[in-house]
Amino acid sequence: MRITQGCFSFLPDLTDEQISAQLEYCLKNEWAIGIEYTDDPHPRNTYWDMWGLPMFDLKDPKGAMMELDECRKAHSQSYIRINAFDSTRGFETVRMSFIVNRPTKEAHYVMTRTDVRGRTQSYSWQKAV
Amino acid sequence: MSEQASIPLTVDLKAEYEASGVADILNELENELVGLQPVKQRLREIAALLIVERARKSMGLSHEPPTLHMSFTGNPGTGKTTLALRMANILHRLGYIRKGHLVSVTRDDLVGQYIGHTAPKTKEVLKRAMGGVLFIDEAYYLYRPDNERDYGQEAIEILLQVMENNREDLVVILAGYADRMEMFFQSNPGFRSRIAHHIDFPDYGNEELLTISETMLAKQNYHFDAEARAIMASYIDKRRQQPHFANARSIRNALDRARLRQANRLFTASNGPLDADALSTIVAEDIAASRVFSGGIEAKAN
Repeated sequence: MRITQGCFSFLPDLTDEQISAQLEYCLKNEWAIGIEYTDDPHPRNTYWDMWGLPMFDLKDPKGAMMELDECRKAHSQSYIRINAFDSTRGFETVRMSFIVNRPTKEAHYVMTRTDVRGRTQSYSWQKAV
Repeated sequence: MSEQASIPLTVDLKAEYEASGVADILNELENELVGLQPVKQRLREIAALLIVERARKSMGLSHEPPTLHMSFTGNPGTGKTTLALRMANILHRLGYIRKGHLVSVTRDDLVGQYIGHTAPKTKEVLKRAMGGVLFIDEAYYLYRPDNERDYGQEAIEILLQVMENNREDLVVILAGYADRMEMFFQSNPGFRSRIAHHIDFPDYGNEELLTISETMLAKQNYHFDAEARAIMASYIDKRRQQPHFANARSIRNALDRARLRQANRLFTASNGPLDADALSTIVAEDIAASRVFSGGIEAKAN
């Protein structure tokens, strides 16, 4: 099952060149770039692991690409995403987030429908093993 | 096939040269920096090479971006740091580097304090320098031969690796005094071979130093009167004979002291309103009071 989260996730995977171009756009807007990875891409999991600190003083996408390469080397079978943080309002807001690495075998989620009180139903999504 | 057709058969280097704005850059350099002929010559060559590379590219000939890592060596006060600061701008306008910012570091910024601290620190700096120029001042401090467990070696290895692999992403400029840099290169032969341009900054001549002193003053809205200019010339001549002569830096210090004396002279001697001209003129006695004329800087006087 293809995980679709963040920007561009319905498009084919971005090439490194395309990622660079997106980073260039982020840097042009003076956004900081952070790299995060996880093995649990459940939409409710907002706590991805940080790959180092966000990079606040980059001028060129190459710096972030170097980090991304390192991260891919260490976590090739994880989901890796790039976040761009905007500090215009005095705090860091995620302005852009996109997945740049997927495991060869993607995570699979199944939905469980549970009857609760009356005819109410609650839905939950669970990672299939 | 259509791509084949668009390749020009001839190329007009002269037109390329004018279109690229390189002429402006070189003229600017010529006008704003006094002396430094070998340095300017080398920059002219680099500019020519970059234009030819561009022309080759447009004709579909094989082209490989040239290595532009440099080392600036020379005596104190010969303009190494000044030029490095402008280098980023120049290379950016020549289209060689993408961003044209300069990251200026010394040993402190690259070498960590404990095991495992150096590599992340150096990488952090390199990441920041991507697309621009990394300027390492006093580069010979990176290598401390007296301490074999010094972490500087680790920083050197990472630097070498990036200089080799990311040649098109950043330009590394090392600067330092000639003799110490020579020792540094001797103990790190890898560095010498990865740096294509070893530029030696010559000492300034007396005439050049006089021009420099006038430019420095003009920048601060001061000027010499005719007599002061003459005595400055003999000051330069005398100062050169004495120890710790640091070219333009000595001149800057001398001028700072002259301004001090000028202020004091105006303060004590004047009774009545002063005009702007009086406030910005350095006269002979401001310079003549220097201890350089009274037995050298070692002497206690003044």
